[in-house]
Amino acid sequence: MTTRPGGILILSAIAVVSAAVLAYEVLLIRLFAIVQWHHFAYMAISIALLGFGASGTFLFLAQGWLRRRFTVAFVVNAAAFGFSGIAAFALAQRLPFNALEVMWEPRQLLFLLVLYLLFTVPFFAGGNCIGLAFAHFGTHIGRIYAFNLGGSGLGALGLIGLLHLATPEESLRLIAGLGLAAAGLAALSADRHRHVAAAVLAAAAVLVPLATPSSWTALRLSPYKGLSMALAVPGAKVLSQSSGPLGLLTLVDNAKIPIRHTPGLSLNASVGPPPQLGVYTDGDGMMAITAFSGDFAPLAYLDFTTSALPYHLLQAPDVLVLGAGAGGDVLQALYHRAATVDAVELNPNIVRLVAETHGAFSGSLYALPGVRVHVAEARAFVAASAATWNLIQIPLLDSLAVAAAGVHGVSESYIYTVEAFEEYLRHLRPGGYLAITRWLKLPPRDSLKLFATAIEALARAGVAAPERRIALIRGWNTATLLVRNGDLGPIERAAIRAFSEARSFDLAHLPGMAPSEANRANLLRQAFFHQAATALAGPERGDFLARYKFDIRPSTDDRPYFFDFFRWHSLPEFLALRLQSGTALIEWGYPILFATLVQAGLLSLLLILLPLLLRREKAAGDKQQWRVMTYFLCLGLAFMFVEIAFIQRFVLFLGHPLYAVAVALAGFLAFAGLGSGFASRFRRHIGNGPLSDLGPIWAAVIAIATIAICYTTLLPMLLAGWIALPESIRILLSLCLIAPLGFFMGMPFPLGLERVSARLPGLVPWAWGVSGCFSVIGVLVATLLAIHLGFTAVVAIAAVLYLFAGALFHTPLTGEQ
Amino acid sequence: MIPVHIAVAWVSQAVIGIRGVAGGVGLVALLLSPAALAADDPHAGPRADMVETIRTYARHSPSARGRGHLDPRVLDVMGRVPRHEFLPKRPSRGLGWFYDRLSGGKLQYLAYADRPLPIGYGQTISQPFIVALMTDLAAPEADHVVLEVGTGSGYQAAVLAQLVRRLCTIEIIPELGASAAATLKRLNYGNVRTRIGDGYHGWAECGPFDSIVVTAASDHVPPPLLRQLKPHGRLVIPVGGVFSTQQLVLVQKRADGRVTTQQLLPVRFVPLVSKK
Repeated sequence: MTTRPGGILILSAIAVVSAAVLAYEVLLIRLFAIVQWHHFAYMAISIALLGFGASGTFLFLAQGWLRRRFTVAFVVNAAAFGFSGIAAFALAQRLPFNALEVMWEPRQLLFLLVLYLLFTVPFFAGGNCIGLAFAHFGTHIGRIYAFNLGGSGLGALGLIGLLHLATPEESLRLIAGLGLAAAGLAALSADRHRHVAAAVLAAAAVLVPLATPSSWTALRLSPYKGLSMALAVPGAKVLSQSSGPLGLLTLVDNAKIPIRHTPGLSLNASVGPPPQLGVYTDGDGMMAITAFSGDFAPLAYLDFTTSALPYHLLQAPDVLVLGAGAGGDVLQALYHRAATVDAVELNPNIVRLVAETHGAFSGSLYALPGVRVHVAEARAFVAASAATWNLIQIPLLDSLAVAAAGVHGVSESYIYTVEAFEEYLRHLRPGGYLAITRWLKLPPRDSLKLFATAIEALARAGVAAPERRIALIRGWNTATLLVRNGDLGPIERAAIRAFSEARSFDLAHLPGMAPSEANRANLLRQAFFHQAATALAGPERGDFLARYKFDIRPSTDDRPYFFDFFRWHSLPEFLALRLQSGTALIEWGYPILFATLVQAGLLSLLLILLPLLLRREKAAGDKQQWRVMTYFLCLGLAFMFVEIAFIQRFVLFLGHPLYAVAVALAGFLAFAGLGSGFASRFRRHIGNGPLSDLGPIWAAVIAIATIAICYTTLLPMLLAGWIALPESIRILLSLCLIAPLGFFMGMPFPLGLERVSARLPGLVPWAWGVSGCFSVIGVLVATLLAIHLGFTAVVAIAAVLYLFAGALFHTPLTGEQ
Repeated sequence: MIPVHIAVAWVSQAVIGIRGVAGGVGLVALLLSPAALAADDPHAGPRADMVETIRTYARHSPSARGRGHLDPRVLDVMGRVPRHEFLPKRPSRGLGWFYDRLSGGKLQYLAYADRPLPIGYGQTISQPFIVALMTDLAAPEADHVVLEVGTGSGYQAAVLAQLVRRLCTIEIIPELGASAAATLKRLNYGNVRTRIGDGYHGWAECGPFDSIVVTAASDHVPPPLLRQLKPHGRLVIPVGGVFSTQQLVLVQKRADGRVTTQQLLPVRFVPLVSKK
């Protein structure tokens, strides 16, 4: 129990394995997003859980044997992680799994199961390394934990950096090499044959990434993704591919059969678009770069989409396009003689494609006079800007197929919240417009939620009759919402009517419109949109929102789930209709998250309870085991609750989801590592000081709960006040805010584990497994709670969990003084 | 020791069984139904079941032109067109190979299940219920000339061809187009003209058309197609993904050339708000 860590070698090996495992987990999210779809992110998370849980159980049962051969076991497992990391991916790509067919063919679930089992292997091996280290170096848990956390933080940050430089395939090879390198490091601390073993492993660490056949790691996209379909057409060729943490961009041209992308083109349009290049993000969600020579005549089609409406109400406007993508909406603004266009786009690779790589094709669109490009997150850009515009245009960027499946349901979006609308309205000049275009879904969802959001935002701004400022029009597959800074007068209303009439679009809402004006060109069985808009604009709004079969309540910054339309009480009806093609009614994001959670919960229950059942007769203190389990379960959940909530808070503040993830992850892991390093000193300090009655764990959790609760009210105010500061200062401030919280959050785990190690040493790897399992479940539960209750509640619940854990370990364990 | 193929059959049947009657029709009926085995055409039974399923669904579908049933001629044709002939000869993927062995290597085990099936190149042969709805919405008549954009397997073309004077069909993917053309020829659909190419520009020499059926989802209706549509003509286009149809859009051209659309859900879904 008192074995010294084999110096810096084994500690470094622990850090490297931790880094590799976390980088692998984050990379899997990217890989699944490319070969299948985004919602597999959650699958990657639950696979990691299965591996860690299984490892905890395995070590619990076999630790006696393994600990006697610690170095060999560590080396073998680290090397196994390296090899299986690549092998699992190569084999998984050969499975005929098709996520889209699951509703028609339950045997697809068998393939999914095999997929799970394959990816469990690397996480099992990685989990073994770390769990073994905890069990082996009982009295140095604080240091091991510090290296484990530090390594994990580096892994997460390092991968985001790596994705800037390398493709996902290359990253996968490199991570496998890291596993082997860790094995080599650990081998150096062995008693015998250490130089030979280390040399062989070092050679493998270099050779495996270089010599693995490219067919093993090549990405095989689902044939049902937009990119695969486009490439199946004769003449299609990939012009370029650029990889970054925000996605894999593939540029496709087809000289034989041109690409044509014009969502929502009016049926009255006599021409379609000129030649286009397709830009696919992660193999789907096509955007188009349109050929432009300076001659506007071939762009006449741009006046025939619903998003052209505001240009018929404004003269030479200053326009802000939020989410400029490949530039279609910038072109539309220029076609309609906008005076200036501010184009905001998050992904610098897309801007580079339009501005530089294919500048000749796009007519150097982003460098034209009056056009300014800003690489920034849309919402943060507006919040930090002092400028005002005549038109803020939020275009349609996601693909119809993705929107139709509703898989974005559980991803946050800060551009459609009530607070976002309030922000946009503040940046509109008098008489200016906010215009938002979405795919038209049936039964109506997105556009009604936007309408309800606009009403709410205007009401919050003190507008007495919000409905007088709003118009909603629809074509056969898109809808555009218009919000005016000022009432829509007779001139504007006449222009909107004329625009819609000429293009066979329908009015869903216009102040003073007669019911007979609705549902004329694109006939629905009833005037659903008009009826719903009327209900949402009137006194029965609350009742309508409560009884609608989809969740169309406005989203807020605290609950930023615009794309979550799912309602439990509608599910039985939709499922009953699934064989009649009713699956399109189901919004998949939420049910997939929920199913993942249920499955993860069952698996972890099994993996955690199994060792207890198997060792029942040997373990004397059953009650102790329950206490230990609950303690580490609470820590696992609570740590992730706080971390996820902070990532969300920082998305807006740092203006970039990746910065938010990187800063929050690195901050929490680094400061928690620091805290765990100080844990022993803290224990001695508390023991000798005036707080000795409290005990170190109690003291730490009270500090955590107090800081966390203070932050729930303080943070929004502080962040809003600092948002205009330079980026580097904001990152620094974020780290300062995380520091005290992270520092104390690093303590309960090593402090608790030291006590377990001293009295119930057999439980150490199991406790590590429980904590690992529940930190993974924590991610899923935090998202689910945020959808229902909001992030403030998630932090409050985390504080309660910490306090509960503290109470559990307040009284001595068996045998303790 | 249980032979592997029997074990696989048990598992397969259990899995299929979960899906319920409609989905299980394929294998269970083929293996177990004495009537089907006894008849000359082993597919007649499953095909009749398929038509019955469509009939049941159509009773509740607003897409059935608001009358609660489909045109009986459409159902009659679907009861005759050999859907299994339009599937790839060998299910190439995964467990399909076992089904293939079990069924003697000839029968396409799921041909008559009411579900979309993959045919390669990221395309599917549509769910029979959706094929029936789209055919019904196109309102085919014996003297009509009809254009289909997206031949795919050729099944929709075969169904339409039985109801109209001439059917012209365009497929963008050469391999699919060639295979469908060969199947249609082999089965003697003499009034079908096939072409491999870009459907965006329609097929002016074959038109003008009484109706156009677009089987490939698109983010806009190509303007040339509307120009090749006769006055009072109808254009049907599905919206959604390859394995789930979100809505069917029926575009109608009035005598003055103006167009209106009707947007129809395949399923009955009212009211939108639940009862208090």
